[in-house]
Amino acid sequence: MSQQFSLFARMGKDLPLSILHELTCELKVSRVMTTEITTLPSTASMQEVKELLRSHRISGIPIVDEETLVGVVSVEDLILALEQHALDTPVSRFMTPQVLTAHPEEPVFEALKQLERQGIGRLLVLDEDGKLAGILTKGDIMLGLLGALQQAYDRVERLGRERQPRYFFEALVSDETSLILSYHVRPNDFTQGGRASAQVKKALLQIGATPQLSRRVAIAAYEAEINLIIHTDDGGHIVVKIQPEKITVVAHDTGPGIANVELARQPGYTTASETAREMGFGAGMGLTNIERCTDEMHIWSAIGSGTRIEMIFYVPPEESA
Amino acid sequence: MKVKEIIEAIAGEILVPPAVDIEVDRAFAADLMSDILAFAQPQMLMITGMTNLQAVRTAEMSDMPVILFARGKRPPAALLELAQEIGIGILLSPYTMYETSGLLYQAGLPGMGKLPTVQQQ
Ligand SMILES: Nc1ncnc2c1ncn2[C@@H]1O[C@H](COP(=O)(O)OP(=O)(O)OP(=O)(O)O)[C@@H](O)[C@H]1O
Ligand SMILES: [Mg+2]
Repeated sequence: MSQQFSLFARMGKDLPLSILHELTCELKVSRVMTTEITTLPSTASMQEVKELLRSHRISGIPIVDEETLVGVVSVEDLILALEQHALDTPVSRFMTPQVLTAHPEEPVFEALKQLERQGIGRLLVLDEDGKLAGILTKGDIMLGLLGALQQAYDRVERLGRERQPRYFFEALVSDETSLILSYHVRPNDFTQGGRASAQVKKALLQIGATPQLSRRVAIAAYEAEINLIIHTDDGGHIVVKIQPEKITVVAHDTGPGIANVELARQPGYTTASETAREMGFGAGMGLTNIERCTDEMHIWSAIGSGTRIEMIFYVPPEESA
Repeated sequence: MKVKEIIEAIAGEILVPPAVDIEVDRAFAADLMSDILAFAQPQMLMITGMTNLQAVRTAEMSDMPVILFARGKRPPAALLELAQEIGIGILLSPYTMYETSGLLYQAGLPGMGKLPTVQQQ
């Protein structure tokens, strides 16, 4: 119940049309039907029908002889039998032999239309071999749609959650606001590679940066993070300073340093090791990518003392409110 | 192109389902992550043979919604877990990178078009 309340609370929010389309046209009967089915053979008595309907609180029972569906018996049929005082007669006398069926892969929407058109309460679902695979009532469809809708909202919310504030730094106001995030990056640690940059990106989205700005910072930080992993002796640090009007990312390390920074900045120049290449690096494109993503890039480096790359991103004025 | 159409074109497999309404409008295939980052766009399909965590990180940083691994290289469980956690779809193609790309191009998924030449060092 609480699950449905939370769903209704979210009902006012827009759901992308493609999701609604998926719900109505692509949700398959097999996903919503009941597969635990109680059946009876045609030789069973109406008395047994009455007991089963009551004990299972259901409104109809499929009649199956040797795995073949031969009919369905419903509450209405039982009432008829009661009126005629004929509870000891076999089901075959009261059941409806022409059973309306659906296919497991049929869209729920089609099945619902059939139910409406025929004015009936349930469809029996038969698989490829004509065997009874499930039973489908309007109640099943209702619950199935609610469940699918709930899942769809969850997915949409998860996608939207990453960007809550309307403006960059909306919630943090002071005369001089800045937020510092710093990370330690270990050499040759490929499993942790990207962790720092991913966290920077998440933080930026959370404080209201646009996806475009967050993405540029993330790509540049990631290239610098990977360079610390593949090119340095002892790893290094990434320090991000976030201010309302600009973001500064600094990656620094203590060696080995770059002999010719101008050359290193050329696209395609690389000294990456065989191991780094096996991990998917060494295109010689990292610094070029950083340059493209940043508004300013400054590199200081000296052999023996290390490298420091400063990346600056200006927050577009309309974003900082 | 929808994920369903991608899967149909390459007889592929969905390993981690992407968000439902994902649609890609072009693709890029490479094994070097910085090459991918040089061209990455949101709504771009990444095709690669590099089945380590960095492929997922690359997609994460650049907002690429789906990664398609070529040549039937099924990535390790840790990669699938990370992708699931971040919300990136993972697909598997039984064809080589060349054939995977060819089939998708034929099915109407474009690439980057003609590019200027770049002198390499
Ligand atoms: N922090 C660093 N310490 C020492 N050398 C570095 C550092 N960062 C970059 N370099 C040098 O600059 C070169 C170019 O770096 P760049 O990031 O552009 O390419 P790459 O790392 O070799 O390959 P890619 O980034 O495409 O995977 C490197 O090959 C390396 O020689
Ligand atoms: Mg690099």
